[in-house]
Amino acid sequence: MKDLVGIKEIEKSDIERILNTASSFKDVLKRDIKKVPALRGKTVVNLFFEPSTRTKTSFELAEKRMSMDVLNFSVPTSSVVKGESLLDTVRTIEAYGVDFIVIRHSSSGAPHFIARNVNASVISGGDGINEHPTQALLDAFSIIEKKGRLEGLKIAIVGDILHSRVAKSNIYCLAKLGAKVRLIGPPTLIPMDLPEGVTVFHDMDEGIKDTDVIMMLRIQMERQGKGFFPSTGEYSMLYGLNINRLGLAKKDAIVMHPGPMNRGIEISSEVADCQQSVILEQVTNGIAVRMAVMYLLSGMQENE
Amino acid sequence: MNNSILIKNGHIIDPSQGIDRIGDILIEGGKIAEIRTQSIEHRTQIKNTKLKTQNSELKTIDASGLYVIPGLVDMHTHLREPGFEHKETIKTGTMAAVKGGITSVCCMPNTNPVNDNETVTEFILRKASAEGVCYIYPIGAITKGEKGEELAEMGKMYEAGCVAFSDDGKSVMNSLIMRRSLEYSKIFNVPIISHCEDIHLVDDGVMNEGKFSTLLGLRGIPSASEEAIVARDIILSKLAGGRLHIAHVSTEGSVKLIRQAKERGVNVTAETCPHYFSITEKAVEGYNTNAKINPPLRTERDVEAIKEGLKDGTIDVIATDHAPHHRDEKLLEFDRAPFGISGFETSISLSLQLVHDGILSMPELIEKMTLNPAKILRINKGALEAGSDADMSLMDIKREYKVEPDKFISKGKNTPFDGWTLKGMPVITICKGKIFDYRG
Amino acid sequence: MTKELLNKKDIERMLLRIAHEIIEKNKGIENICLVGIQRGGVHLAKRLRLMIKGIENTEVPVGSLDISLYRDDIRIRKGHPVVRKTEIPCDVNDKKIILVDDVLFTGRSIRSAMDAIMDFGRPAQIQLAVLIDRGHRELPIRADYVGKNIPTSMSENISVQFEEEGHEDKVVLQSKE
Repeated sequence: MKDLVGIKEIEKSDIERILNTASSFKDVLKRDIKKVPALRGKTVVNLFFEPSTRTKTSFELAEKRMSMDVLNFSVPTSSVVKGESLLDTVRTIEAYGVDFIVIRHSSSGAPHFIARNVNASVISGGDGINEHPTQALLDAFSIIEKKGRLEGLKIAIVGDILHSRVAKSNIYCLAKLGAKVRLIGPPTLIPMDLPEGVTVFHDMDEGIKDTDVIMMLRIQMERQGKGFFPSTGEYSMLYGLNINRLGLAKKDAIVMHPGPMNRGIEISSEVADCQQSVILEQVTNGIAVRMAVMYLLSGMQENE
Repeated sequence: MNNSILIKNGHIIDPSQGIDRIGDILIEGGKIAEIRTQSIEHRTQIKNTKLKTQNSELKTIDASGLYVIPGLVDMHTHLREPGFEHKETIKTGTMAAVKGGITSVCCMPNTNPVNDNETVTEFILRKASAEGVCYIYPIGAITKGEKGEELAEMGKMYEAGCVAFSDDGKSVMNSLIMRRSLEYSKIFNVPIISHCEDIHLVDDGVMNEGKFSTLLGLRGIPSASEEAIVARDIILSKLAGGRLHIAHVSTEGSVKLIRQAKERGVNVTAETCPHYFSITEKAVEGYNTNAKINPPLRTERDVEAIKEGLKDGTIDVIATDHAPHHRDEKLLEFDRAPFGISGFETSISLSLQLVHDGILSMPELIEKMTLNPAKILRINKGALEAGSDADMSLMDIKREYKVEPDKFISKGKNTPFDGWTLKGMPVITICKGKIFDYRG
Repeated sequence: MTKELLNKKDIERMLLRIAHEIIEKNKGIENICLVGIQRGGVHLAKRLRLMIKGIENTEVPVGSLDISLYRDDIRIRKGHPVVRKTEIPCDVNDKKIILVDDVLFTGRSIRSAMDAIMDFGRPAQIQLAVLIDRGHRELPIRADYVGKNIPTSMSENISVQFEEEGHEDKVVLQSKE
């Protein structure tokens, strides 16, 4: 395995290996000195073609904690219209001698395209509406940390599944690890032909019943004008998570959100800040998981 | 030009005259002088042809074991000139066509400038006669700039040489304009070729909507976006008359709509392209931009329906929709790569698979690639009659070869069939009195 | 070719001696923390704790250390890298840390282990206890407590097997033919 471009592309055993390794890195993050020399001398470039603060910060911190040399290359989406092609940009960067390329891009499949054309390890930081593999890995890690397992858990993913790469990666990841995935959202935001075993609910109260985990997705305000739902008010009424709805899930159900949250729209403040919310732990776990991914890929770079 | 050519012992197929026999063809001065055929049972007896020529420079081609068919008529192509000469030119495009056994091509108007006035039409025809290796029949735009707003000057373009009208690449979304175009085209008795695609339903889609679009995280184009416009245009043609021709049919639903329309006596014809009966959306896996095409590759079920439509005559024509692009343009993120497949050099081989699989007979296939498009376009092509231009192709339908895009004559190397082994290819094409021999 | 060098009894005797030496050298066991290097060193550290308890009747803290993240050879190792548990049971500041490993060879593992320990704090001392010293040092490192010196050639390999991992306790010499 040279790259991590999507959860679809990796095996269950790969996921398990990453999650196991991540727990060692989580220990490192609890120390006073939160840095290890594991990837000293390696160079990584964070290539973000879409604005992102959280994912980029998380990757950058993970890279620094692994003692890598970090380059940041932020390319505004607008420059995509004219000028250098993605492949030329990436080949130029590779010529600097980088070992890792972390890429976020608005086109689905862009990491796959790059991975095919460079020798460096490519890690997807999210591509189009396709996948966001490290987010799914950190979500799985967070669930296992709280619940001790994933197998057999009922997990609801709520919101704009159609455009959410977080949801897509989670669907594949959770299914590979044996969880029962439910998707909740308006029919306009649920894709066609979902993988087998995934159930769809348009009624949130029904879908959330008895679940162990509720993953809320961020709703993009722009979708409102495109006819996916009439207004955020109505969306919030139908698919927002409030304390009453949370009561329908199992008593010890945990609430997750990849951030950034729209408080009062898809999630109420009460829920976001309640005991059952693991939203801030997801952030810490994100660093550990990304460290683990880079460490494992680096170990495989020379061996294949 | 004055040389005489004698093609001996070929299996001649000419659906226009119902010929499906071994025989000889004599070509003189670029025209077919005479055809003599024997029934297949007597093939061993015609060792000595009775065909005689006055010309001493007689070139004889032994066509034993080969099919001799009229040069193919490809009514849906993009030659890219003027404006996109880095993708293809009239010269390279026609050279590639001839290699594919095609001797007459219609070029769609989405060039730059758009072929929406007689000046562009004249430019294309001037280039065609100077540099074109085969015959070119331009198709004019239905609306000015293909913008779907105002009718283009069909009359002037018709006079200049356009044989049909189309806003190919997009639909005329305004139903009223579409109605008017069908009505107005009746003056010239030319077909209106409809690219059926409801652009609102497409919504920035890049591949067929379904299992694979979900799996790949690519935006989907539903079958309904095509079918909605096929249905609309059939209804409009009933209202307005004219000769509606549905371009590149790709879905089961479209086949059904056209079949029903024909049963009800609507004056509609339809074409499909080899990729719609050869491969499915699965070809997009791995974000293969060479499988990015509009309309998109569909499902197994659609492929079967297209074959059925070809078999029962619902679909009249096989055209290539040859859409060459520069390599760099396809070496991009999937979303950004342009739609299109370079089709000239694989079309007949992929289509022959229908014969190998018993879906069409050889004459049925050839009819869909010669006589039918010629009739729809009302051009004097697609037949091997004495006195007509000697456009023909000699096919070895058993010869297998590997598709190697780097060896394409077309500038467009964009094919999803890279590395495929195909069975059946043209070994010699004769066009405008020249012999193009690909046996080496 | 495989040759058994030491058996269960031999190992036990050696460890007991090391336990005595640790107590002797440190004049008791105050401020001591045993840290086993994954994986063999961890088993040995736990056994030493029991022996020290038998002698002094007091428990010393025992930790485990995985040095994967401090290695200098991730590029040349084969297979998937595995990161095992690191657990340091006490504040290392001003402690006497006794690193425990099964075989001392090039010294690189010990270098990595010292780096790792330093990232937890500033110990008063770091000492080193090993069951076998097979020579061939590549770094200026020596052990404070050695079970047995076994000179080897580079083509040979020393393997220590443990009951804790489902084997019989023994030390074997493997040589490539």
